[in-house]
Amino acid sequence: MPRVVFTSHLQRHVDCAESEVSAATVGAALDAVFRAQPRVRGYVLDEQGELRRHVFIFVDGRRAGLGDAVRGESAIHVLQALTGG
Amino acid sequence: MPLYVGTRKGLFIIDEGRWTIGKPHFLGDPVSAVLPQGGSIYAALNLGHFGVKLHRSDNRGDSWTEVATPAYPAKPEGTDDKVPWKLVQVWTLEGAGKDLWAGTIPGGLFHSSDRGESWTLVRSLWDRKERSEWFGGGYDQPGIHSICLNGKQITIAISCGGTWQSADGGASWQLAGRGLYAEFMPPERRDDPNIQDVHRLAQCPSQPDVFWAQHHNGVFRSSDGAASFQEIKAIAPSKFGFAVTVHPKKGDTAWFVPAVKDECRVPVDAKLVVARTRDGGKSFSVLRKGLPQESAYDLVYRHGLDVDATGNRLAFGSTTGGLWLSEDQGDSWRCLSQHLPPIHCVRFG
Repeated sequence: MPRVVFTSHLQRHVDCAESEVSAATVGAALDAVFRAQPRVRGYVLDEQGELRRHVFIFVDGRRAGLGDAVRGESAIHVLQALTGG
Repeated sequence: MPLYVGTRKGLFIIDEGRWTIGKPHFLGDPVSAVLPQGGSIYAALNLGHFGVKLHRSDNRGDSWTEVATPAYPAKPEGTDDKVPWKLVQVWTLEGAGKDLWAGTIPGGLFHSSDRGESWTLVRSLWDRKERSEWFGGGYDQPGIHSICLNGKQITIAISCGGTWQSADGGASWQLAGRGLYAEFMPPERRDDPNIQDVHRLAQCPSQPDVFWAQHHNGVFRSSDGAASFQEIKAIAPSKFGFAVTVHPKKGDTAWFVPAVKDECRVPVDAKLVVARTRDGGKSFSVLRKGLPQESAYDLVYRHGLDVDATGNRLAFGSTTGGLWLSEDQGDSWRCLSQHLPPIHCVRFG
């Protein structure tokens, strides 16, 4: 199953331990995390459900968006963009 | 009564008496607004990466709980509104009784009646067609930075969207602020109340018909409940600035922290001063005792100046991390710190 890993910067604000979820896209993987940990959602997505401007997602080392596909063994990294700090 | 200081890198709660800088709260995180209300403290954070958050403490800052953040609804299909319906910043928090109000960028006013557990966008203001004429002042989008509460009357100021007032607790709104003028606009729009850039609006609690405004191009005063304003030309040493606070009982007494001008936002002659009037703006005293009078480049933001409930004690904080306290209405000042992070807001409560 895809693995979702959050930056330690985010873990300072909200509990978001690494987890494995069943999903075919980045967005579905994040939704699965948010179902288990609802508070995380507002830190990663804005109120319109879009990725926050200063949050980056990488899938297997490549920049990705919410609609991009993930594979069973993918690693999804949710990181802070350097533009925001 | 403690002093709350919201900064670029945390919140400081400074106890009355010794006035020493204690341990920071939210160290490293920008605190855009703070409100002591009903025995609780509310702090709005603007995290660089992870958005706006709101926290509440019910034990004077010993611990904090994240509560709901004001959130904009989905923008309707087909609207020509150019403004993203997304929260950028909680610019000000105010409260009375169980009512909390949040003024935000991009221009929405939010209300909570459950201690911040939920927030509702005030659609009666947000849906006004005049909002399309508002524009950003200091930020990309317009924002509500001042909320003056007087019973059912709510008066707000927007950079840049003028001064608006509700007489019915926010159910309906009227554009106020006749007499304000914007010298930065084309002549045809100079007097349009809907595009004025009031930097900060303050209402005298005991004389609620009296309002003071530090406007982008000068100081104004109203004695008819913000319906109309008159320019106060006696302000010294300059008419530009952001902050204003008014004595809680004497509407003729108000304080300002002037800067040179729009395009040079530093103290006049690099000497930090506070301007005080006690006669409704006919004359001003320039107060400098205890303030740096050499090589001072401190700017005081909109919410960086406050007076306590007695009207005798004031505090202000600057963009360069200076914090000063006066216990004699500004006649003399004591520096509490020269080394805080850039200060967004100070507040007694």
